[in-house]
Amino acid sequence: MTDERLEIFIGNLLRLGVLVSAVVVAIGGALYLAQHGHEVVNYQSFRSELPELRNLAGICIAAFHLRSDGIIQLGLVLLIATPVARVALAVIGFYLEHDRLYMVVSLIVLAILAYSMMHAA
Amino acid sequence: MTALLFTIIVWATGVLAGFLGALTGLGGGVVLVPALALLFHVDIKYAIGASLVCVIATSSGAAAAYVKEGYSNIRIGMLLEIATTLGAILGAFLATHISTHAIAIVFGLVLLHAAYQSLFGKKQDAGALVESDSLAAKLRLASDYPVGEQRQAYGVRNVPAGFSLMLGAGALSGLLGIGSGAVKVIAMDRAMRIPFKVSTTTSNFMIGVTAAASAGVYLGRGYIDPRLSMPVVLGVLAGAFLGSKVLVKAPVRTLRVTFGVIIFLLAIEMIFNGAVGKV
Repeated sequence: MTDERLEIFIGNLLRLGVLVSAVVVAIGGALYLAQHGHEVVNYQSFRSELPELRNLAGICIAAFHLRSDGIIQLGLVLLIATPVARVALAVIGFYLEHDRLYMVVSLIVLAILAYSMMHAA
Repeated sequence: MTALLFTIIVWATGVLAGFLGALTGLGGGVVLVPALALLFHVDIKYAIGASLVCVIATSSGAAAAYVKEGYSNIRIGMLLEIATTLGAILGAFLATHISTHAIAIVFGLVLLHAAYQSLFGKKQDAGALVESDSLAAKLRLASDYPVGEQRQAYGVRNVPAGFSLMLGAGALSGLLGIGSGAVKVIAMDRAMRIPFKVSTTTSNFMIGVTAAASAGVYLGRGYIDPRLSMPVVLGVLAGAFLGSKVLVKAPVRTLRVTFGVIIFLLAIEMIFNGAVGKV
Protein backbone atom coordinates (compact mmCIF):
# COMPACT_ATOMS: atom_id res chain seq x y z
CA MET A 1 0.00 0.00 0.00
CA THR A 2 1.40 3.40 -0.94
CA ASP A 3 1.23 6.61 1.06
CA GLU A 4 -1.29 8.05 -1.34
CA ARG A 5 -3.64 5.09 -1.33
CA LEU A 6 -3.39 4.95 2.45
CA GLU A 7 -4.29 8.61 2.72
CA ILE A 8 -7.27 8.23 0.42
CA PHE A 9 -8.45 5.21 2.40
CA ILE A 10 -8.13 7.07 5.70
CA GLY A 11 -9.75 10.14 4.16
CA ASN A 12 -12.78 8.16 3.01
CA LEU A 13 -13.32 6.50 6.37
CA LEU A 14 -12.95 9.84 8.09
CA ARG A 15 -15.46 11.39 5.73
CA LEU A 16 -17.93 8.62 6.48
CA GLY A 17 -17.46 9.12 10.24
CA VAL A 18 -17.97 12.87 9.96
CA LEU A 19 -21.06 12.39 7.78
CA VAL A 20 -22.64 9.88 10.17
CA SER A 21 -22.00 12.10 13.21
CA ALA A 22 -23.40 15.16 11.39
CA VAL A 23 -26.55 13.25 10.40
CA VAL A 24 -27.07 12.00 13.96
CA VAL A 25 -26.58 15.53 15.37
CA ALA A 26 -28.96 16.95 12.74
CA ILE A 27 -31.68 14.38 13.55
CA GLY A 28 -31.41 15.15 17.26
CA GLY A 29 -31.36 18.87 16.48
CA ALA A 30 -34.50 18.70 14.34
CA LEU A 31 -36.27 16.78 17.08
CA TYR A 32 -35.13 19.29 19.70
CA LEU A 33 -36.28 22.31 17.67
CA ALA A 34 -39.62 20.65 16.90
CA GLN A 35 -40.21 20.06 20.60
CA HIS A 36 -38.54 23.08 22.21
CA GLY A 37 -37.95 25.59 19.38
CA HIS A 38 -40.11 28.27 20.92
CA GLU A 39 -38.81 28.07 24.45
CA VAL A 40 -36.51 30.81 25.67
CA VAL A 41 -32.89 29.73 26.12
CA ASN A 42 -30.32 31.00 28.58
CA TYR A 43 -26.69 29.91 28.81
CA GLN A 44 -25.53 32.74 31.05
CA SER A 45 -25.05 30.60 34.09
CA PHE A 46 -23.37 27.23 34.19
CA ARG A 47 -25.46 24.39 35.57
CA SER A 48 -23.40 21.47 34.27
CA GLU A 49 -25.05 18.90 32.07
CA LEU A 50 -27.44 16.27 33.38
CA PRO A 51 -25.40 13.41 34.84
CA GLU A 52 -26.77 10.92 32.32
CA LEU A 53 -25.38 13.02 29.46
CA ARG A 54 -21.87 12.98 30.87
CA ASN A 55 -20.91 9.39 30.16
CA LEU A 56 -21.18 7.07 27.19
CA ALA A 57 -23.62 4.56 28.70
CA GLY A 58 -26.02 7.28 29.83
CA ILE A 59 -25.85 9.00 26.44
CA CYS A 60 -26.64 5.75 24.62
CA ILE A 61 -29.63 5.07 26.88
CA ALA A 62 -30.97 8.62 26.40
CA ALA A 63 -30.52 8.34 22.63
CA PHE A 64 -32.18 4.92 22.60
CA HIS A 65 -35.22 6.48 24.27
CA LEU A 66 -35.22 9.01 21.40
CA ARG A 67 -34.51 11.95 23.68
CA SER A 68 -33.28 14.80 21.48
CA ASP A 69 -30.44 15.78 23.85
CA GLY A 70 -29.28 12.15 23.99
CA ILE A 71 -29.24 11.81 20.20
CA ILE A 72 -27.25 15.03 19.74
CA GLN A 73 -24.78 13.98 22.44
CA LEU A 74 -24.34 10.61 20.73
CA GLY A 75 -23.51 12.44 17.48
CA LEU A 76 -20.97 14.55 19.37
CA VAL A 77 -19.32 11.45 20.83
CA LEU A 78 -19.06 10.00 17.30
CA LEU A 79 -17.44 13.23 16.16
CA ILE A 80 -14.96 13.19 19.05
CA ALA A 81 -14.09 9.62 18.06
CA THR A 82 -13.11 10.54 14.49
CA PRO A 83 -9.61 11.89 15.25
CA VAL A 84 -8.97 8.86 17.47
CA ALA A 85 -10.09 6.59 14.62
CA ARG A 86 -7.77 8.49 12.32
CA VAL A 87 -4.75 7.74 14.49
CA ALA A 88 -5.80 4.09 14.87
CA LEU A 89 -6.19 3.77 11.09
CA ALA A 90 -2.75 5.29 10.59
CA VAL A 91 -1.27 2.56 12.83
CA ILE A 92 -2.86 -0.09 10.62
CA GLY A 93 -1.88 1.77 7.46
CA PHE A 94 1.78 2.09 8.41
CA TYR A 95 1.78 -1.56 9.40
CA LEU A 96 0.50 -2.48 5.94
CA GLU A 97 3.21 -0.29 4.43
CA HIS A 98 5.82 -2.14 6.53
CA ASP A 99 6.78 1.23 7.96
CA ARG A 100 7.85 0.16 11.46
CA LEU A 101 9.06 3.58 12.56
CA TYR A 102 5.80 5.40 11.89
CA MET A 103 3.70 2.50 13.08
CA VAL A 104 5.43 2.90 16.45
CA VAL A 105 5.09 6.71 16.33
CA SER A 106 1.32 6.40 15.67
CA LEU A 107 1.01 3.79 18.41
CA ILE A 108 2.65 6.17 20.89
CA VAL A 109 0.16 8.90 19.94
CA LEU A 110 -2.70 6.42 20.32
CA ALA A 111 -1.39 5.35 23.74
CA ILE A 112 -1.13 8.96 24.95
CA LEU A 113 -4.68 9.59 23.68
CA ALA A 114 -5.98 6.51 25.48
CA TYR A 115 -4.15 7.59 28.63
CA SER A 116 -5.67 11.07 28.69
CA MET A 117 -9.15 9.77 27.88
CA MET A 118 -9.03 7.13 30.61
CA HIS A 119 -7.52 9.61 33.01
CA ALA A 120 -10.69 11.65 32.44
CA ALA A 121 -12.98 8.81 33.36
CA MET B 1 -34.18 34.70 22.63
CA THR B 2 -36.04 31.58 21.49
CA ALA B 3 -34.21 28.31 20.98
CA LEU B 4 -34.89 28.43 17.24
CA LEU B 5 -33.44 31.91 16.71
CA PHE B 6 -30.47 31.16 18.99
CA THR B 7 -29.77 27.96 17.04
CA ILE B 8 -29.82 29.80 13.71
CA ILE B 9 -27.47 32.58 14.87
CA VAL B 10 -25.02 30.17 16.52
CA TRP B 11 -25.08 28.02 13.37
CA ALA B 12 -24.13 31.04 11.24
CA THR B 13 -21.32 31.90 13.69
CA GLY B 14 -20.18 28.29 13.42
CA VAL B 15 -20.00 28.50 9.62
CA LEU B 16 -17.71 31.54 9.89
CA ALA B 17 -15.61 29.91 12.63
CA GLY B 18 -15.19 26.69 10.66
CA PHE B 19 -14.36 28.55 7.47
CA LEU B 20 -11.63 30.69 9.04
CA GLY B 21 -10.41 27.86 11.25
CA ALA B 22 -9.92 25.49 8.33
CA LEU B 23 -8.36 28.16 6.14
CA THR B 24 -5.72 29.11 8.70
CA GLY B 25 -5.11 25.80 10.49
CA LEU B 26 -6.02 27.43 13.80
CA GLY B 27 -9.28 25.64 14.48
CA GLY B 28 -12.50 27.59 14.82
CA GLY B 29 -12.27 28.18 18.58
CA VAL B 30 -10.46 31.48 18.02
CA VAL B 31 -13.64 32.92 16.51
CA LEU B 32 -16.25 30.91 18.37
CA VAL B 33 -15.29 31.42 22.02
CA PRO B 34 -15.22 35.25 21.99
CA ALA B 35 -18.44 35.30 19.91
CA LEU B 36 -20.30 33.04 22.32
CA ALA B 37 -18.92 34.73 25.43
CA LEU B 38 -19.14 38.38 24.34
CA LEU B 39 -22.13 38.47 21.97
CA PHE B 40 -24.39 35.83 23.46
CA HIS B 41 -23.16 35.99 27.08
CA VAL B 42 -22.74 32.23 27.17
CA ASP B 43 -21.00 31.05 30.34
CA ILE B 44 -17.30 30.49 29.64
CA LYS B 45 -17.51 26.82 30.63
CA TYR B 46 -20.16 26.12 28.00
CA ALA B 47 -18.14 28.22 25.55
CA ILE B 48 -15.02 26.11 26.22
CA GLY B 49 -17.00 22.90 25.74
CA ALA B 50 -18.48 24.20 22.48
CA SER B 51 -15.04 25.37 21.37
CA LEU B 52 -13.57 21.90 21.86
CA VAL B 53 -16.35 20.39 19.77
CA CYS B 54 -15.77 23.16 17.22
CA VAL B 55 -12.03 22.40 16.94
CA ILE B 56 -12.69 18.70 16.36
CA ALA B 57 -15.37 19.52 13.78
CA THR B 58 -12.98 21.91 11.96
CA SER B 59 -10.22 19.33 12.01
CA SER B 60 -12.28 16.36 10.85
CA GLY B 61 -14.43 18.34 8.43
CA ALA B 62 -11.44 19.88 6.69
CA ALA B 63 -9.19 16.82 6.95
CA ALA B 64 -11.46 14.64 4.86
CA ALA B 65 -11.05 17.11 2.00
CA TYR B 66 -7.34 17.84 2.51
CA VAL B 67 -6.15 14.27 2.77
CA LYS B 68 -7.50 13.59 -0.68
CA GLU B 69 -5.92 16.73 -2.04
CA GLY B 70 -2.60 15.48 -0.71
CA TYR B 71 -1.65 18.53 1.34
CA SER B 72 -1.30 17.36 4.93
CA ASN B 73 1.74 15.31 5.87
CA ILE B 74 0.70 12.45 8.16
CA ARG B 75 4.27 11.53 9.17
CA ILE B 76 5.05 15.06 10.32
CA GLY B 77 1.65 15.28 12.01
CA MET B 78 2.09 12.04 13.92
CA LEU B 79 5.67 12.72 14.96
CA LEU B 80 4.86 16.18 16.26
CA GLU B 81 1.62 15.00 17.85
CA ILE B 82 3.72 13.04 20.36
CA ALA B 83 5.23 16.33 21.51
CA THR B 84 1.89 18.18 21.57
CA THR B 85 -0.01 15.59 23.57
CA LEU B 86 2.86 15.13 26.04
CA GLY B 87 3.06 18.90 26.34
CA ALA B 88 -0.68 19.13 27.01
CA ILE B 89 -0.42 16.64 29.87
CA LEU B 90 2.56 18.56 31.25
CA GLY B 91 0.66 21.85 30.93
CA ALA B 92 -2.40 20.54 32.74
CA PHE B 93 -0.07 19.36 35.52
CA LEU B 94 1.76 22.70 35.71
CA ALA B 95 -1.50 24.70 35.67
CA THR B 96 -1.90 24.34 39.40
CA HIS B 97 1.64 25.56 40.10
CA ILE B 98 2.21 28.66 38.01
CA SER B 99 0.48 31.93 37.26
CA THR B 100 -1.39 31.69 33.99
CA HIS B 101 -1.93 35.48 33.78
CA ALA B 102 1.72 36.12 33.03
CA ILE B 103 1.88 33.24 30.58
CA ALA B 104 -1.15 34.53 28.71
CA ILE B 105 0.46 37.95 28.35
CA VAL B 106 3.81 36.53 27.20
CA PHE B 107 2.02 34.25 24.75
CA GLY B 108 0.03 37.25 23.49
CA LEU B 109 3.26 39.16 22.84
CA VAL B 110 4.76 36.20 20.97
CA LEU B 111 1.64 36.05 18.82
CA LEU B 112 1.83 39.79 18.15
CA HIS B 113 5.32 39.28 16.78
CA ALA B 114 4.18 36.35 14.65
CA ALA B 115 1.23 38.39 13.34
CA TYR B 116 3.60 41.21 12.39
CA GLN B 117 5.83 38.73 10.56
CA SER B 118 2.89 37.25 8.66
CA LEU B 119 1.50 40.62 7.65
CA PHE B 120 4.63 42.66 6.97
CA GLY B 121 7.46 40.12 6.85
CA LYS B 122 9.62 39.66 3.80
CA LYS B 123 8.48 37.26 1.12
CA GLN B 124 9.13 33.82 2.46
CA ASP B 125 7.68 31.70 -0.27
CA ALA B 126 10.29 32.18 -2.94
CA GLY B 127 10.76 28.51 -3.77
CA ALA B 128 10.33 25.73 -1.24
CA LEU B 129 13.45 24.07 0.14
CA VAL B 130 13.83 20.73 -1.52
CA GLU B 131 16.71 19.47 0.60
CA SER B 132 15.97 18.03 4.03
CA ASP B 133 18.60 18.15 6.75
CA SER B 134 20.05 14.84 7.92
CA LEU B 135 17.63 14.11 10.80
CA ALA B 136 14.55 14.94 8.72
CA ALA B 137 15.93 12.74 5.94
CA LYS B 138 16.42 9.87 8.40
CA LEU B 139 12.83 10.34 9.57
CA ARG B 140 11.65 10.40 5.93
CA LEU B 141 9.59 13.57 6.46
CA ALA B 142 10.05 15.04 3.00
CA SER B 143 7.06 14.82 0.70
CA ASP B 144 5.34 16.74 -2.05
CA TYR B 145 2.14 18.76 -2.39
CA PRO B 146 0.04 20.11 -5.26
CA VAL B 147 0.97 23.50 -6.73
CA GLY B 148 -1.34 24.20 -9.62
CA GLU B 149 -1.39 21.10 -11.78
CA GLN B 150 1.94 19.76 -10.59
CA ARG B 151 3.30 18.35 -7.38
CA GLN B 152 6.05 20.34 -5.72
CA ALA B 153 8.58 18.39 -3.64
CA TYR B 154 9.64 19.89 -0.33
CA GLY B 155 12.19 19.10 2.34
CA VAL B 156 11.96 19.50 6.09
CA ARG B 157 14.48 21.05 8.51
CA ASN B 158 15.10 21.65 12.20
CA VAL B 159 13.06 18.75 13.55
CA PRO B 160 14.34 19.18 17.14
CA ALA B 161 13.35 22.86 17.17
CA GLY B 162 9.91 22.03 15.77
CA PHE B 163 9.49 19.22 18.25
CA SER B 164 10.38 21.50 21.19
CA LEU B 165 8.01 24.20 19.96
CA MET B 166 5.26 21.58 19.77
CA LEU B 167 5.96 20.57 23.38
CA GLY B 168 5.50 24.26 24.22
CA ALA B 169 2.34 24.47 22.09
CA GLY B 170 0.86 21.49 23.89
CA ALA B 171 1.81 22.87 27.31
CA LEU B 172 0.16 26.19 26.42
CA SER B 173 -3.06 24.48 25.44
CA GLY B 174 -3.00 22.51 28.69
CA LEU B 175 -2.23 25.66 30.72
CA LEU B 176 -4.50 28.17 29.05
CA GLY B 177 -7.19 25.87 27.75
CA ILE B 178 -6.82 27.21 24.22
CA GLY B 179 -6.19 25.41 21.00
CA SER B 180 -2.53 25.65 20.14
CA GLY B 181 -3.02 25.84 16.38
CA ALA B 182 -1.19 29.15 16.17
CA VAL B 183 2.06 27.79 17.63
CA LYS B 184 1.73 24.64 15.52
CA VAL B 185 1.49 26.55 12.27
CA ILE B 186 4.31 28.91 13.26
CA ALA B 187 6.59 26.03 14.30
CA MET B 188 6.10 24.13 11.06
CA ASP B 189 6.19 27.17 8.82
CA ARG B 190 9.04 29.09 10.45
CA ALA B 191 11.24 26.57 12.24
CA MET B 192 10.83 23.53 10.03
CA ARG B 193 10.48 25.45 6.77
CA ILE B 194 7.49 23.44 5.61
CA PRO B 195 5.34 25.09 2.88
CA PHE B 196 2.54 27.20 4.35
CA LYS B 197 -0.38 25.16 2.99
CA VAL B 198 1.20 21.95 4.25
CA SER B 199 1.76 23.60 7.65
CA THR B 200 -1.83 24.78 8.05
CA THR B 201 -3.40 21.52 6.83
CA THR B 202 -1.10 19.39 8.97
CA SER B 203 -1.95 21.65 11.92
CA ASN B 204 -5.62 21.02 11.13
CA PHE B 205 -5.02 17.30 11.48
CA MET B 206 -3.14 17.73 14.76
CA ILE B 207 -5.54 20.07 16.56
CA GLY B 208 -8.32 17.49 16.24
CA VAL B 209 -6.21 14.81 17.90
CA THR B 210 -5.13 17.20 20.66
CA ALA B 211 -8.72 18.32 21.28
CA ALA B 212 -9.99 14.73 21.35
CA ALA B 213 -7.46 14.01 24.12
CA SER B 214 -9.15 16.52 26.41
CA ALA B 215 -12.73 16.10 25.15
CA GLY B 216 -13.31 13.22 27.57
CA VAL B 217 -12.46 15.44 30.52
CA TYR B 218 -14.87 18.16 29.48
CA LEU B 219 -17.67 15.74 28.65
CA GLY B 220 -17.28 14.21 32.10
CA ARG B 221 -17.40 17.63 33.77
CA GLY B 222 -20.62 18.50 31.94
CA TYR B 223 -19.16 21.35 29.85
CA ILE B 224 -20.51 19.96 26.57
CA ASP B 225 -24.12 21.04 26.13
CA PRO B 226 -25.99 19.21 23.35
CA ARG B 227 -28.38 22.08 22.55
CA LEU B 228 -25.55 24.59 22.21
CA SER B 229 -23.12 22.21 20.48
CA MET B 230 -25.66 21.08 17.86
CA PRO B 231 -25.69 24.29 15.77
CA VAL B 232 -21.94 24.71 16.42
CA VAL B 233 -21.09 21.30 14.95
CA LEU B 234 -23.38 21.60 11.95
CA GLY B 235 -22.22 25.14 11.17
CA VAL B 236 -18.53 24.44 11.68
CA LEU B 237 -18.57 21.28 9.54
CA ALA B 238 -20.15 23.22 6.67
CA GLY B 239 -17.75 26.14 7.13
CA ALA B 240 -14.67 23.91 7.39
CA PHE B 241 -15.61 22.05 4.24
CA LEU B 242 -16.02 25.34 2.40
CA GLY B 243 -12.77 26.67 3.88
CA SER B 244 -10.82 23.64 2.74
CA LYS B 245 -12.11 24.07 -0.81
CA VAL B 246 -11.07 27.73 -0.80
CA LEU B 247 -7.63 26.92 0.64
CA VAL B 248 -6.79 24.80 -2.38
CA LYS B 249 -7.38 27.72 -4.76
CA ALA B 250 -6.24 30.64 -2.61
CA PRO B 251 -2.81 32.22 -3.10
CA VAL B 252 -0.44 31.69 -0.16
CA ARG B 253 -0.09 35.45 0.35
CA THR B 254 -3.85 35.77 1.03
CA LEU B 255 -3.73 32.87 3.45
CA ARG B 256 -0.79 34.40 5.30
CA VAL B 257 -2.58 37.72 5.66
CA THR B 258 -5.75 36.01 6.94
CA PHE B 259 -3.61 34.02 9.37
CA GLY B 260 -1.83 37.19 10.47
CA VAL B 261 -5.05 39.12 11.12
CA ILE B 262 -6.56 36.29 13.14
CA ILE B 263 -3.51 35.67 15.33
CA PHE B 264 -3.32 39.43 15.86
CA LEU B 265 -6.86 39.33 17.26
CA LEU B 266 -5.96 36.24 19.27
CA ALA B 267 -2.93 38.09 20.68
CA ILE B 268 -5.08 41.03 21.79
CA GLU B 269 -7.54 38.61 23.37
CA MET B 270 -4.77 36.77 25.24
CA ILE B 271 -3.14 39.95 26.55
CA PHE B 272 -6.52 41.36 27.59
CA ASN B 273 -7.56 38.14 29.35
CA GLY B 274 -4.18 37.91 31.05
CA ALA B 275 -4.32 41.54 32.18
CA VAL B 276 -7.82 41.35 33.64
CA GLY B 277 -7.12 37.94 35.14
CA LYS B 278 -9.68 35.98 33.16
CA VAL B 279 -7.27 33.19 32.25
